[in-house]
Amino acid sequence: MIKAEHISKSFDGRAVLDDISVTFDTGKTNLIIGRSGSGKTVLLKSLVGLHAVDSGAIYYDDICYTALGFKERKAIRKDIGMIFQGGALLDSSTVVENVKLPLDLFTSRSEAEKMERVKFCLDRVKLTGADRLYPSELSGGMIKRVAIARAIVLNPRYLFCDEPNSGLDPQTSVVIDNLIRDITEEYNITTIINTHDMNSVMEIGEKIVYIHEGHKWWEGTKDDILHADNRELNDFVFASAMAKRARRAAK
Amino acid sequence: MIKLIGITGRYFSLLGKVFSRPEKMRIYRERIIFEMEALGLDSISLTAIISVFIGAVVTLQMSISLESPFIPQYLIGYATREVMILEFSSTVVALILAGKVGSNIASEIGTMRITEQIDALEIMGVNSASYLILPKIVATVLFFPLLTLLSIFIGCVGGYAIAYMTGIMIPGDYIEGMHYAFLPYSVTYSLIKSAVFAFIITSISAFCGYYADGNSLEVGRASTRAVVASSIVIMIFNLILTQILLT
Repeated sequence: MIKAEHISKSFDGRAVLDDISVTFDTGKTNLIIGRSGSGKTVLLKSLVGLHAVDSGAIYYDDICYTALGFKERKAIRKDIGMIFQGGALLDSSTVVENVKLPLDLFTSRSEAEKMERVKFCLDRVKLTGADRLYPSELSGGMIKRVAIARAIVLNPRYLFCDEPNSGLDPQTSVVIDNLIRDITEEYNITTIINTHDMNSVMEIGEKIVYIHEGHKWWEGTKDDILHADNRELNDFVFASAMAKRARRAAK
Repeated sequence: MIKLIGITGRYFSLLGKVFSRPEKMRIYRERIIFEMEALGLDSISLTAIISVFIGAVVTLQMSISLESPFIPQYLIGYATREVMILEFSSTVVALILAGKVGSNIASEIGTMRITEQIDALEIMGVNSASYLILPKIVATVLFFPLLTLLSIFIGCVGGYAIAYMTGIMIPGDYIEGMHYAFLPYSVTYSLIKSAVFAFIITSISAFCGYYADGNSLEVGRASTRAVVASSIVIMIFNLILTQILLT
């Protein structure tokens, strides 16, 4: 479980997050949604510790993450996996080297054990035959799969995904969504996904938090969202003609 | 002025992170070897080409400037050797490498910053500054003095070649000049300078790349800043080291 209590963050005097309190449950795919520039990426990066919040507290289970020093945070970070929007794979390393890096740095396993774990993770994300390829030789979907494999290689307890579907075709997006959901359930991870892809919301949104202009505007499930009477949320969710038709049909 | 103090403070703060205890020494050893190849071995051809021509040009210029029946010809060889050892092979080669290696480091690390690769390392719990920058510093500080030795040797060979091919002086006199009044300490001085310059180039360029922020344009600017700042600091330290080591 990850809990944010009254967190605020501003850049150069401009408030980007304002007094946000939210709880993300273990074993569920928690989605942060919102328009571009609403503050959802800042919220995700604040939760993970890449941005220091101006006020408020963030808890990882019972541990107050914001009160920890560098060394204590480092220990928690080994329990965190993160999938970045562009994959953030190391350009100078192959697929295997990218996935193996956390094992090289933080475990004392033998080379054979590490390779076995890498192979398991690559099989888990259904990526075969790309072991020796470099990120520049991979497609967008393959990059996301490698990023997921790297994120889960140390068996994380918390998984953060920053727009995992951006730049992917609809079919590959569904595959990546399902993969994240399956991994979340299988390993009982606290997963937080930052997205504005409504397909993801309807596919895997077990808990949804809507951020609007730096505030938490609404929270609920994918079933609740269709019947919500929040105007800003509805403007966002039903922006497309197809979504509007789907809503009319649902009513 | 306040901005400069702020930047200097950030630079030393980054160095503090760079020299903190590495996660696993074995990984760092592998990366040092990789960086030696990428930053050192790949600079050999450039250093050799420039050195051979500079050695030849210095010999030609000396032979023209010192053309007098009262000046022994072996002084041309002596002057060429001194120019190569004292200034060219350490300082000028460092300035050239600031362009090649410095821009390479700044753009590589800057690109890693804007594509969130550095954030990914931080999330993993890796000290990204140490992981990315320390192997580069160690590799260049160890390898650049070797490039300096290579440059001295090839520059002197270039001078001999031009003397032999053009007949501007007797090659035997050139060799005699090479041996004349040789002080081994001059080579030590040159090697110390090149090690210090290697540190300056790598750390400043890495600093510029590490704090790049924005898009690809900013990476380009960081790369330019790295070359300009490294070159200026090299010239300042050239003066300081010469004052300390030679006077």
